[in-house]
Amino acid sequence: MFDFLQGYDLLGAFWVTVQLTVYSAIGSLVWGTLLAAMRVSPVPLMRGFGTAYVNIVRNIPLTVIIVFTSLGLFQTLGVSLGAERFTTINFRLAVLGLTAYTSAFVCEALRSGINTVPLGQVEAARAIGLSFPQVLRLIVLPQAFRSVVAPLANVLIALTKNTTVAATIGVAEAALLMREMIENEAQLLLISAIFAVGFLCLTLPTGLLLGWVAKKVAVKR
Amino acid sequence: MPVPDGGDALVVLRGVDKHFGTLHVLQSIDLTIHRGEVVVVIGPSGSGKSTLCRAINRLETIDAGEIVVDGRPLPAEGRELAALRADVGMVFQSFNLFAHKTVLDNVTLGQIKVRKKERKKAEERARSLLDRVGVASQADKYPAQLSGGQQQRVAIARALAMDPKVMLFDEPTSALDPEMINEVLEVMRQLARDGMTMVVVTHEMGFARSAANRVVFMADGRIVEETTPDEFFHNPRSDRAKDFLSKILHH
Repeated sequence: MFDFLQGYDLLGAFWVTVQLTVYSAIGSLVWGTLLAAMRVSPVPLMRGFGTAYVNIVRNIPLTVIIVFTSLGLFQTLGVSLGAERFTTINFRLAVLGLTAYTSAFVCEALRSGINTVPLGQVEAARAIGLSFPQVLRLIVLPQAFRSVVAPLANVLIALTKNTTVAATIGVAEAALLMREMIENEAQLLLISAIFAVGFLCLTLPTGLLLGWVAKKVAVKR
Repeated sequence: MPVPDGGDALVVLRGVDKHFGTLHVLQSIDLTIHRGEVVVVIGPSGSGKSTLCRAINRLETIDAGEIVVDGRPLPAEGRELAALRADVGMVFQSFNLFAHKTVLDNVTLGQIKVRKKERKKAEERARSLLDRVGVASQADKYPAQLSGGQQQRVAIARALAMDPKVMLFDEPTSALDPEMINEVLEVMRQLARDGMTMVVVTHEMGFARSAANRVVFMADGRIVEETTPDEFFHNPRSDRAKDFLSKILHH
């Protein structure tokens, strides 16, 4: 029944999916945190930038962003992100696009977490002489992160599935292989089911694990 | 104005004005707090006493006038303001302990991050302060595991750990269950006896009588009376103060 699988590197394709997810997750966690810091900063210019970025980027379809990284950044502007081989360039461009897009959602999840930290604690932190960056880093963000583990898990699951858009610029991840197999084999339903299960294997444990972490790290008030 | 022996001006407010929208919460406030002095600010709700207290370390900005702490005008936002705040201890009505940190970490944080002390020295100091306020045994617990009275005493230790020049108390016992008020007031009395300069906004008349050098009575954003506790409680001059005292002292 599964004979047709021979000659296809199913695990290899899902491994690329995992790599896309992990690199983009790390990137968007960092950039999203910086964006959130900007959105609550006392400097109006930073607040303005953060707000504009989030509202523009999260409202553009991911496909448009990913295609732009390839056609706009690479082919028109010559940005190759330090890579020489075509596949590596496309992989990195996809990570860049996914990071740019996902960080807008990370930022908003974090910002909702920041709002759960009582203002009084911020005042108390300022009252002992901590600077704005210190208040953010030592008091606000640690509590904000703990309260948004569950929403961040949603963002991570969405990101895992969004990596399929990288297929549009030829990154050899799961969705690209699926398209190839559907074209070559007469097993449409079975192939779709295999890939659906493959993604479930990635996202279900993510959700369960982070759900457990969310309970574990919750701040008692 | 009674001044304790050898006292010099530590906190000076001159012509301080503040509005919340159309509400004029502070109306040309002039007040001088001397080193070693305990000033208790009392008055009806909405009289501006909390705002006054919070203005001293610029948790509230002011519209006009001047606030000088230890000879230096209050700086605007930034590093200088943070440095000044480190020298002005603040205790809040709602304790505001850092919920994700243990009691010990609450008290060491400022010492390590602001005063740049070594962790070991900061912990020693924190433990001795926690001992002084009577919660040494709770050092490794989280704030949510403590009673209100214990949390407030930790908050006092946290403020003291910065070796402040003056301590501000913004209704420190108003959120406490009645049986816990005294344990906090006792810590504050001890502080006052040790010579700490204190500004205390409170409804605890007993504390005002026993620990204050001076009582400042505020109503409708103004300082209406400013005198010794004895004089204020036995011989108030203004009608506003007489009215206020008649409502709280006899029932």
